Amino acid sequence: MPENRKIKVLVCKPGLDGHDRGAKVIARALRDAGMEVIYTGIHQTPDDVVNTIIQEDPDAVMLSILSGAHNALCPIIMDKLKENGIDDVLVAVGGIIPDEDKPNLEAHGLKGFHGPGTELKEIVEFVKTNLKR
Amino acid sequence: MGYEALIDRLLKGDTRAAARLITIVENDIASAEEIINAIYKHTGKAYILGITGAPGSGKSTLISTLTTIFVKEGKKVGIICVDPTSPLTGGALLGDRIRMKKHFTTDNVFIRSMANRGQLGGLARATEDIIKILDVYGCDIVIIETVGVGQSEVDIFRSAQSVLVLLVPEMGDDIQAIKAGIMEITDIFIVNKMDLPGADRKVSEIMQMLELSINFKYDYENINQGNAKVRKWTPKIVKVNSKTGENFGNLLEIINEHRSYLEETGVIENYHLKRIRNETLQILKHKLTKKVEELLHSNSQIDEYIRLVMDKSMDPYSMANLIIQLLGIE
Repeated sequence: MPENRKIKVLVCKPGLDGHDRGAKVIARALRDAGMEVIYTGIHQTPDDVVNTIIQEDPDAVMLSILSGAHNALCPIIMDKLKENGIDDVLVAVGGIIPDEDKPNLEAHGLKGFHGPGTELKEIVEFVKTNLKR
Repeated sequence: MGYEALIDRLLKGDTRAAARLITIVENDIASAEEIINAIYKHTGKAYILGITGAPGSGKSTLISTLTTIFVKEGKKVGIICVDPTSPLTGGALLGDRIRMKKHFTTDNVFIRSMANRGQLGGLARATEDIIKILDVYGCDIVIIETVGVGQSEVDIFRSAQSVLVLLVPEMGDDIQAIKAGIMEITDIFIVNKMDLPGADRKVSEIMQMLELSINFKYDYENINQGNAKVRKWTPKIVKVNSKTGENFGNLLEIINEHRSYLEETGVIENYHLKRIRNETLQILKHKLTKKVEELLHSNSQIDEYIRLVMDKSMDPYSMANLIIQLLGIE
């Protein structure tokens, strides 16, 4: 492990959903767990998200979606990451993700699926134990 | 240990290679040494703009608006945003990028957020190295945003060719304007949020401060140029509205004016000398500190010295001198 290695996480909200309280709470929790958290806020297009991942080179990406658009947006993001040859970043989605949607999202490489009421330390632990590099 | 492939890709302008190399120099100083050693001869093309100011003064928004103009001029822009690391947890929330949303997918714009990781002075240890990577990546302009500063975070003036300081109306009076610190290292004062009341008063406060200091400012420029007197730069003041872009034409003109001033008078050479000297000093400090720490933890003689100091038969200064002898650098 290099001397100053810090876990770097991108927290953002793809799509038109503006409910960002949860994303902010998670950003704050990860910060308090000693991680470097980039928060890019609401209304992110898949291209916004992918370009940010390319430039910032985070270890993990936490997508927060409560609007039901996860089935439409997440696979596009994963495909674009693949197109760019990015396969060593943990990508998680949380918010309101119905159980029946999870298998398809998992097949695209997404993880997490933390919903309302999840303990913050569980999310911190999740990031720490699921990093791909 | 083998960054050749990444460096090759960086030289060709590959974005992912640039991003990965930045991660490496940020996390590991030994690798940073190897990477900078390989790319240094390719650096020196980018113009470096430093933006500093209090938290919430509008630095990120200003950069976003400036970037729009630079991109229109056909320039490739690299942006480094530094935010503070928590002294309690070591974590950081990097929230500058959120103000630059309209450039997330702009071609020729590369934005990178970084935490200062406890370094005082407004920048992070790796900022200098990252400037070099973005320079080699092909950026015509590298913009550095410091952490939101108070009064004495002045490292930016050792890294940037033009230092822009943002002020906002109704914040601080004329006494703040004559204090030492960032007000002294500024090339261009920007009064942001000019639509708010008090903008004109802020401008006149800065003007008064400058009239008082004009006679001694920038005298150090003469030191390395023999007795040849160079024309002094009088810091300029401009008020803008970063959200609407009002007065950015003026701001850009002033930035260009400062750049031509540096180049025409040869002051730019002084800037480079100063920058290299400072950077070397920082590297030496880092290396020597590490050496001293290693010595303190490994040499049993030092434990004896510490006991002597505790017994009052030696004082801490004398102990430090003895340790310098142990290091063999005196």
